[in-house]
Amino acid sequence: MDTGLLAYGAYLPVRRLDRAAVAQTHAWFNPGLKGLGRGTRTIANWDEDAVTMSVAAARNCLEGQERDALGAVWLASTSLPFRDRQNAGIVGDALSLKSDAMTLDVASSQRAGTTALMAALKGGAQALVVAADRRAAKAGSPQEMTYGDGAAALLVGKGDVVARLVGSHTEAVDFVDHYRGEDGEFDYAWEERWVRDEGHMKITPRAIKALLESTGVDGASISQFCYPAAARGVAAKVAKAAGLPDGAVADNLQGNIGETGAAHPLLMLALALESAKPGDRILVASFGQGCDALLFEATDAITNRPAIGIASQIEKGRTDANYARFMTLNGMMTVEHGIRAELDKATALSNHWRSKDMTQRMMGGHCEACGTNQFPKSRICVNPECGAVDTQRDEGFSDKIGKLNSFTADRLTYSPDPPAYYGMVQFDSGGRLMCDFTDIDAEHPPEVGMAMRMVFRVKDYDTKRGFRRYFWKAMPATQEEI
Amino acid sequence: MATGIRDKVAILGMGCSRFGERWDDSADDLMVEAFVEALADAGIDKSQIDAAWFGTGIEEQHVGKSSVPLAMALRLQNIPVTRVENYCASGTEAFRGAVYAVASGACDIALAQGVEKLKDTGYGGLPQRSRGTTNDLYWPNASAPGSFAQLASAYRAKHDINPDDLKRAMAHISVKSHDNGSRNPKAHLQKKITMDQVINAPIIAEPLGLFDCCGVSDGSAAAIVTTPEIAKALGKKDLITVKALQLAVSSGSEAGHNSWDGSYFQTTRAAAARAYKEADIDKPRDQVSLFEVHDCFSVTELVTMEDLFISPEGGAIKDIMDGFYDADGKVPCQIDGGLKCFGHPIGASGLRMIYEMYLQMQGRAGERQRQEDPSIGMTHNLGGFPHQNVCSITIVGREGA
Repeated sequence: MDTGLLAYGAYLPVRRLDRAAVAQTHAWFNPGLKGLGRGTRTIANWDEDAVTMSVAAARNCLEGQERDALGAVWLASTSLPFRDRQNAGIVGDALSLKSDAMTLDVASSQRAGTTALMAALKGGAQALVVAADRRAAKAGSPQEMTYGDGAAALLVGKGDVVARLVGSHTEAVDFVDHYRGEDGEFDYAWEERWVRDEGHMKITPRAIKALLESTGVDGASISQFCYPAAARGVAAKVAKAAGLPDGAVADNLQGNIGETGAAHPLLMLALALESAKPGDRILVASFGQGCDALLFEATDAITNRPAIGIASQIEKGRTDANYARFMTLNGMMTVEHGIRAELDKATALSNHWRSKDMTQRMMGGHCEACGTNQFPKSRICVNPECGAVDTQRDEGFSDKIGKLNSFTADRLTYSPDPPAYYGMVQFDSGGRLMCDFTDIDAEHPPEVGMAMRMVFRVKDYDTKRGFRRYFWKAMPATQEEI
Repeated sequence: MATGIRDKVAILGMGCSRFGERWDDSADDLMVEAFVEALADAGIDKSQIDAAWFGTGIEEQHVGKSSVPLAMALRLQNIPVTRVENYCASGTEAFRGAVYAVASGACDIALAQGVEKLKDTGYGGLPQRSRGTTNDLYWPNASAPGSFAQLASAYRAKHDINPDDLKRAMAHISVKSHDNGSRNPKAHLQKKITMDQVINAPIIAEPLGLFDCCGVSDGSAAAIVTTPEIAKALGKKDLITVKALQLAVSSGSEAGHNSWDGSYFQTTRAAAARAYKEADIDKPRDQVSLFEVHDCFSVTELVTMEDLFISPEGGAIKDIMDGFYDADGKVPCQIDGGLKCFGHPIGASGLRMIYEMYLQMQGRAGERQRQEDPSIGMTHNLGGFPHQNVCSITIVGREGA
């Protein structure tokens, strides 16, 4: 049985920052930014982080897959929300995985995603490798322009793989092109030209050549080369130096997505898989204190595409020229939020634990006496005609599609991104919930009867104590998602 | 077999403070203001009060917990005092406690008082606050206008109503209440407004604009109740008695069971049906002379008039636009300005409504006095959210009516 990739998926936030607006804002200080002031980059919403984006990518990847077979979850990111609380565990919970799946966070390098993938491929068990980043960048920095927010997920294992692993090679080289220290909020980067000449051009071709040599594969046979360098022309130069065909160099997605950190090589790989034909060879490499290079070959099963494709996610972005909102939601400006925003969002950890299946798994109840689905699960059935005691088994709600019963756009209550949209979502199979909505397009406001699906997001930030709590929110479902 | 409260208890005296932004006054000042008026109206000595019930909603914003703040403000010397909180029904709950105590024979004379001092938050609207450690984990951070605004979306969808028609009917409600409030010297808002002002006002929560929302006020109201016999013995004539006191509370079915469509109040319908039965009213549209309903938002009043079985389901807009509920209409609703203009100091609101009925039936309502001799008055409160709430209803009227 082949080892390789069983499924792939990704998640890209729908909002896209118009880089021209950023360049224009900072032109008085740094006119040079205009060179980067073209196209867009993804913006995570205020309620998204590496964990929530990982959940979204994983759900995209695991659509139609048996989750109980998963033996491990590897979460790679350089922007994990918790330093000491396992982030992969939250992802596993939101995916309603069994507790015997091994969970592991992989961090500290732009190679985290590919290294996690290599390790998972060697691990034997069926594993979910998910990488996500929401990278902070100073206002007016080139990184603010070139970075993007996003996540990618790969299901790794043996069997009917869509792409088999041909081989892999890693080079660990402590080349510090940029870094972020223990207390650092932002990356500190050295000159781009030096990074290109001494880093990318010296380390990556060496890794690729070693991979090709160990696998006996001719570089000319590579159909796609995924290399996430943001700087223009770097991937093409590396390809040339490594003996890969010019036409194999994959788009680094700088035009409309930006570089999504540890997720980016996996995102590019997922996108390449989406358009691959059986027999195509895809080489993915990453750069960060060395280089990981992995070679895959698409099988006949590659024609099994995800329901919501990555290309379609790239397409459906909404351009946003409101740079003030981007700066505000990323904490780059001290903005008056009003006294209402002062409410203490403390979480009782004992209650958080007691309510964890409800909040993180969106686990509700199904009454065995009358068949009514309900959220939250309760001791006494909510059906006024039933009222049976202790008759409810677990019923997951996170994958249910609901229909909008009532809603509002609230400008009084505090929301980081007003108006706060919320309302009653009624699930077709029973049960309902008054809940927050997210990613609402003001151009296409909600209407009663609209189909809604649930997404895992940050519910509240406790800025005093550095905690954040997660819950599920509703957003309009597209036809493919119903 | 329960026989209900009808004509078992009479109102001996009532008082109500001026409502509004009472920057210079504390909750204690407001309580004393209402109590002094009620005591003088009752014509008794404070020592004759056997027990008291104290209603307040958001006590952490002013007096703090327990009944002690009422007993201390009024210097009630060691009598039993109970504090009640039941969202916006807190004032009516205090009244219910006092009335039931008299009806049971446990005491001869009882006091019900409510207060709220809301204007110490630093911003308009109700205080933003925790809903409890579990609810905070999953409830939306909903405001009151955002919760009640949803009635409009569901009502429009159910009855296939054009948004502009609904908005106009809602605007008529607010214009009417401002007209009424302009004739009430104790009202928080005493200025008249126009339809255009309402319709073009900034949106608070879709589709509610600024003038679709009631004021948040400081204020207090008090009622002293006793048996009809004692009232007569104290020299009172033309008694106003309690005809019905009903409460209906959500079991969670609106919030969790797909049997409710979001366009009406399940609790109001349940409480109203029981209240009419208790008061022996079978044709409410013809028999009730005045309404004071919980018009926290214009749309709440609109659907409530159907839930109280006055307008037919889907027919409130027509009645409203016909002027049926105007001060000079067939059955005035909020003749004192309502929550919208008299104001909404939560714990006092239910008692303020009863106060207006009491004045109207005694011909003491001044410039806003209804000429058509009101004999039955219905008051209604809603606390919480349309999908999980407390509804209280009181019917008062002339003895024997």
